[in-house]
Amino acid sequence: MELLSGGEMLVRALHESGVEYIYGYPGGSLLHVYDALYKQSAVKHVLVRHEQAAAHMADGYARATGKPGVVMVTSGPGATNTITGIATAYTDSIPMVVISGQVMSYLVGDDAFQETDMLGLSRPIVKHSFAVRRPEDIPEIVAKAFHIASTGRPGPVVIDIPKDMTMPNERYEYVYPKKVKLRSYTPPQRGHSGQIKKAVELLLKAKRPVIYAGGGVIIDGSSDKLRALVDRLDFPCTNTLMGLGSYPGTGERFVGMLGMHGTYEANMVMHHSDVVLAIGARFDDRVTNATSKFCPDAKIIHIDIDPSCISKTIIVDVPIVGPVGNVLDEMMALLDESNEVPDAEAIASWWKQINEWRQRHAMRYEKNDSQLMKPQEVIEAIWTATKGDAYVTSDVGQHQMFAAQYYKFDKPNRWINSGGLGTMGFGFPAAMGVKMNFPDEMVVCVTGEGSIQMNIQELSTCLQYGIPVKILCLNNGSLGMVRQWQDMNYEGRHSHSYMESLPDFIRLVEAYGHVGIRVTERDQLPQALEDTFGKYNDRLVFLDVAVDPEEHVYPMQVPQGSMRDMWLSKTERT
Amino acid sequence: MRHIISILLENEPGALSRVVGLFAQRGYNIETLTVAPTEDKTLSRLTMTTTGDDRKIEQITKQLNKLIEVVKLVDLSEGPHIERELMLIKVKAVGAQRAEIKRTADIFRGQIVDVSASVYTIQLTGTSDKLEAFIEAIGAGCVLETVRTGVSGISRGEKILSL
Ligand SMILES: Cc1ncc(C[n+]2csc(CCOP(=O)(O)OP(=O)(O)O)c2C)c(N)n1
Ligand SMILES: [Mg+2]
Repeated sequence: MELLSGGEMLVRALHESGVEYIYGYPGGSLLHVYDALYKQSAVKHVLVRHEQAAAHMADGYARATGKPGVVMVTSGPGATNTITGIATAYTDSIPMVVISGQVMSYLVGDDAFQETDMLGLSRPIVKHSFAVRRPEDIPEIVAKAFHIASTGRPGPVVIDIPKDMTMPNERYEYVYPKKVKLRSYTPPQRGHSGQIKKAVELLLKAKRPVIYAGGGVIIDGSSDKLRALVDRLDFPCTNTLMGLGSYPGTGERFVGMLGMHGTYEANMVMHHSDVVLAIGARFDDRVTNATSKFCPDAKIIHIDIDPSCISKTIIVDVPIVGPVGNVLDEMMALLDESNEVPDAEAIASWWKQINEWRQRHAMRYEKNDSQLMKPQEVIEAIWTATKGDAYVTSDVGQHQMFAAQYYKFDKPNRWINSGGLGTMGFGFPAAMGVKMNFPDEMVVCVTGEGSIQMNIQELSTCLQYGIPVKILCLNNGSLGMVRQWQDMNYEGRHSHSYMESLPDFIRLVEAYGHVGIRVTERDQLPQALEDTFGKYNDRLVFLDVAVDPEEHVYPMQVPQGSMRDMWLSKTERT
Repeated sequence: MRHIISILLENEPGALSRVVGLFAQRGYNIETLTVAPTEDKTLSRLTMTTTGDDRKIEQITKQLNKLIEVVKLVDLSEGPHIERELMLIKVKAVGAQRAEIKRTADIFRGQIVDVSASVYTIQLTGTSDKLEAFIEAIGAGCVLETVRTGVSGISRGEKILSL
């Protein structure tokens, strides 16, 4: 029998739960825990410069590895600083365990120094949360937290630990549970066979089918199965913003991203389809446009692990609740057994139609005659420079959409962005979380001069731990996405969407001990990229690239329209 | 339509706040809510009435089921069930009114549980409709105070909600 203090139990239990890195920031309520961390080396701690960044780092790690990211913060302001990060993870179903210190349990409720009701604050943005009431419960709570965070539809779990649960001189028996038991939590293990059969029958009869795959495919690690199904059926495949990489971006059957800034062909395919197979996607309002006009002729099949996602915004015909991979396996088996095949003639003429649509817009943009680059060409250049094989994180704005549109992701888990919450400030710390765990991979954060300033303090963390991420700042000198909406809907009144006093980013990153390269002309870009991934490969490089502030993201769906109602350029509408 | 949702909930601190918070957060409306421990000390039984079309109710039950502490859930209004609410009501009772109110209470099978010179306190059990009918019968004008427990309910016949 081993006796440990609460603080030691916490660290030990984290280790037993498979934790390698904790992203955190100490404070009064956690000092016993930090002391326990100091006395061991199995679990490493990364000291951030702002707790929000700790949450995003853990999140980036989780998105790239599929394993829960771990955050540790003190009570009060430490805890509240994580809220945006927790909400970001929650909205995108990312596994995360957040350990927040709390004041002594006997002070809770007294408005003690640095007391906040973390469980109350985080309640709407967590999958579950625990308050530690007895130190000996810590190992079991930790095990449960990891189980809940990482199974079913993943999400963040908060563990709130009052300081007196971690006293160094009070020791208890340490027992880490071999198996976690939760009578009220049993995520579905497989889909309903009858429903799967119905779905396969519908797919085999389809004349204008489309497979619409989202982040759930990546979370479930089922991209290979998605590819196999798409290729076997020879159906077109579109991805949501969260699903990019689940099907190869350069694949023949890929019609691009769908939705508000989706490709012309993806949105046309959706609108004209007769059967939609939605996999791990949730019919978000940024995808469907007006729900009443969504896919008017389609029968819809929907696979999702979360029953509450089904028929929430769009009523579906064949709901299948279950893990994506498992359901796809069953579908494949049924296809193997069946002696039916899709209607080759219908599918061929569908492809003919799709290929015509592909010609119409083809993600074209006009390059300037001057040396001032368009943001799109910068993304294309980075795609070429990284051979399409980098981990790309992004912030939020036009640069995010350009990255999603022009960087073709052939592998899952490589495109890391705050799709659901749209959190500016996410990209850089997320990139750090990825790079620390994949030191040999290229990790690029595509950002804007607005977003990067929301967590720029982490340049200091990067120096401390030697995290050579590459920051590609598409500097349009304005809050571009806001400005675009103001151009389109407010007669160009740019209310507070521009930045009058930008810092000199080069000198800023140099002050933090990193490399900054300014690119203001097209001709400078190739050399800058070569240096970034060549002579500065082991340094953090900040590429400050001037891009045309007048550029808009297109296509863009017309508000309240159907999927096919789009602006294709400033002057052209469908 | 009005629905009666009955839940077996882990009897743990914070569980109730998650249920109530969910309603606030998603803009669902709670008309009544009752909660108390069950014969199994680890479980509470919670009954709530809410209104909404089928789609809304489906979302409500799915979202509730997602809460880790919700162990079992049933929409009682989907099948035959018994529902009861208890009301304590203080009414002005003076002069000729006293006998009249007593008679009305008898008709509704209410009991006068406390008496003062000018006030009756009546206890009444039944469906929400019945309680409202009673208030109407004695006239809202003489009502001084009401307190209602909110609806609790149970399925008819063999059907039970248990682990
Ligand atoms: C934390 C946060 N605040 C505000 C917004 C609203 N918002 C969305 S895009 C955007 C502009 C982003 O500017 P920048 O990072 O320069 O990117 P650009 O659109 O110019 O490429 C803003 C303010 C947001 N998404 N997140
Ligand atoms: Mg900008």
